[in-house]
Amino acid sequence: MSILVNKDTRLVVQGITGREGAFHTEQMIAYGTKVVAGVTPGKGGGWAVGNVPIFDSVQEAVAATGANTSIIYVPAKFAPDAILEAADAGVALIICITEGVPALDMLKVRAYLDHTPSRLIGPNCPGLITPGEAKVGIMPGHIHTRGDVGVVSRSGTLTYEVVYALTLHGIGQSTAVGIGGDPINGTSFVDCLAMFENDPETRQVVMIGEIGGTDEEKAAEFIAAKMSKPVTAFIAGQTAPPGKRMGHAGAIISGGKGTAADKIAALQAARVRVARHPGEIAELVAERL
Amino acid sequence: MKLQEYQAKRIFGQFGVPVPQGDVATTPAEARAIAERIGGTVVIKSQVLVGGRGKAGGIKLARSPQEAEEVAGRILGMDIKGLTVKKVLVDPGADIRKEIYLGMVLDRASRRVVVMASSEGGVDIEEVAASTPEKIITVAVDPFLGLREYQARDLALSIGLAREQMGQFAQICQGLYECYMGCDASLAEINPLAVLGDGSLSALDGKMVLDDSALFRHADLAAMRDEDEETVEEREARLNGLSYVKLDGEIGCMVNGAGLAMATMDIIKYFGGSPANFLDVGGGAKADKVAAALRIILSDPNVKAVLFNIFGGITRCDEVARGILQALKEVPTQVPMVVRLVGTNYEEGRAILAEAKMATAETLAEAAQKAVAAAQAA
Repeated sequence: MSILVNKDTRLVVQGITGREGAFHTEQMIAYGTKVVAGVTPGKGGGWAVGNVPIFDSVQEAVAATGANTSIIYVPAKFAPDAILEAADAGVALIICITEGVPALDMLKVRAYLDHTPSRLIGPNCPGLITPGEAKVGIMPGHIHTRGDVGVVSRSGTLTYEVVYALTLHGIGQSTAVGIGGDPINGTSFVDCLAMFENDPETRQVVMIGEIGGTDEEKAAEFIAAKMSKPVTAFIAGQTAPPGKRMGHAGAIISGGKGTAADKIAALQAARVRVARHPGEIAELVAERL
Repeated sequence: MKLQEYQAKRIFGQFGVPVPQGDVATTPAEARAIAERIGGTVVIKSQVLVGGRGKAGGIKLARSPQEAEEVAGRILGMDIKGLTVKKVLVDPGADIRKEIYLGMVLDRASRRVVVMASSEGGVDIEEVAASTPEKIITVAVDPFLGLREYQARDLALSIGLAREQMGQFAQICQGLYECYMGCDASLAEINPLAVLGDGSLSALDGKMVLDDSALFRHADLAAMRDEDEETVEEREARLNGLSYVKLDGEIGCMVNGAGLAMATMDIIKYFGGSPANFLDVGGGAKADKVAAALRIILSDPNVKAVLFNIFGGITRCDEVARGILQALKEVPTQVPMVVRLVGTNYEEGRAILAEAKMATAETLAEAAQKAVAAAQAA
């Protein structure tokens, strides 16, 4: 077991003929992911990255190939449309790698998705990987190993850093999910923690947060109330200075929460062990094996 | 991207929000001319992109054109929280009876644009929010329905506005919401929204922050960027697509990815050093971008050591290594450097750097310790 992606994942790549899309499709196939289709409007009927059939729409791709998961590499101005197209085609899991999607577009996209059965991961995320089964994203596959530690993170390269350290310590991962750092995204820490809690293969969880927002605080509440599996965390930005702030609305709405100290305190109160630097995470996890 | 007060108020005005008919001056003589046109008492307001201008002495009244010229002369050139005042807004004086707060922001937690209003507007609004949160009334807006008129009227009633102001307040709320959505703002705020002696409402101050990701569809707004507000380094960073924040430490950092960049700063501090900057070179950085980043880091005279932490994914370590060498040819330096490359093409990257005789490290902890030691030895 694992969460969200596995050997039964049948992937359609939206934006497969673009530079990023083509490169990462090749990498995902090399890792063993079942890439069944690509979509580039206007290029349907052709082939990409060897023998992946291209379709003009996600609808056609799903009908012809039974794709159940989509990954999006299209430029930011087209990404909201790509997400909605995948949802309307009935794709259950949509991963949007694209960064720089306007926040107010995501506001509407997320509100729409809430009325569909589709789950979105991202945008502005590295994707997710179940080592040895499916890599649906842009992370370097070789740093991962199969195991029983679930990883969920708002960051991209910091996730690689932590996963790599786990692997060097001989600690494998069940699934590693990058949920992305944008203000509005599709899947939260709490969503992933709940899935890891219910996944029989996952025995403990590593959560990597950042300053800003209150997702980590919500996660702490969830861990205290609902989780039986141990959680180890790291919060990046402990030394980040406050920016030159303008206006009061942000401070009023956050109620003064969102600093690294607040998040660490909330997590520790939920009996989460919080690493002082990224290298310490693997050590803390190893102590609990 | 932050807008200056005068820019925000002009935009608010285009969406039907009543704003004072003032103008911007860059010299005392211009301020005098504007004051003459307005007549009577004027208020001279420094235009800098930071809060707390009034408390810093950057907002003053002037009762005559002569006084306006003198006051503008004192405020122009003033330093407010590290920013030099280069423009002042000259607005007509207002007969203020009451100060209301009205703000809008994207609330991550509820995934809605939230409208906030309070009868206790003015400079202490955050204190009001902290000590008497019941005095801040909020409405979450459905993104498909928009801010409805009844919601705006409810806000007016909840903050105790008189019935004759209800309609005008509702109109201002809806105008500001249309402005927020139409401009892809991440913050729009009127504080104070003043009730004047004649019972009318006027947006005496305006703040607006735009979503940088949406500027591609707002060329007119993007052109409003005030380059005076950027340092040379910040501008070079922005033009090269780098995310850079100068700090006051002595270890320059170049990292790919914002989270890893913050974690790198954290670990430098953990091992007893202090970061000189936050710098995210972004994904897929090519040699040119890396060279620009290194130039920016080395332009800071406080930098005593530089730490490169690159975890290759989209970014290729060999490209980064070439960029480092390219920059070192352009800007020769004696500053010690510690390089840690992992991931895509790291072997090629390390081979390229071997000839440059740079200190290398396997892990982030090792790299940070070496950089701290190098800075302390310098």
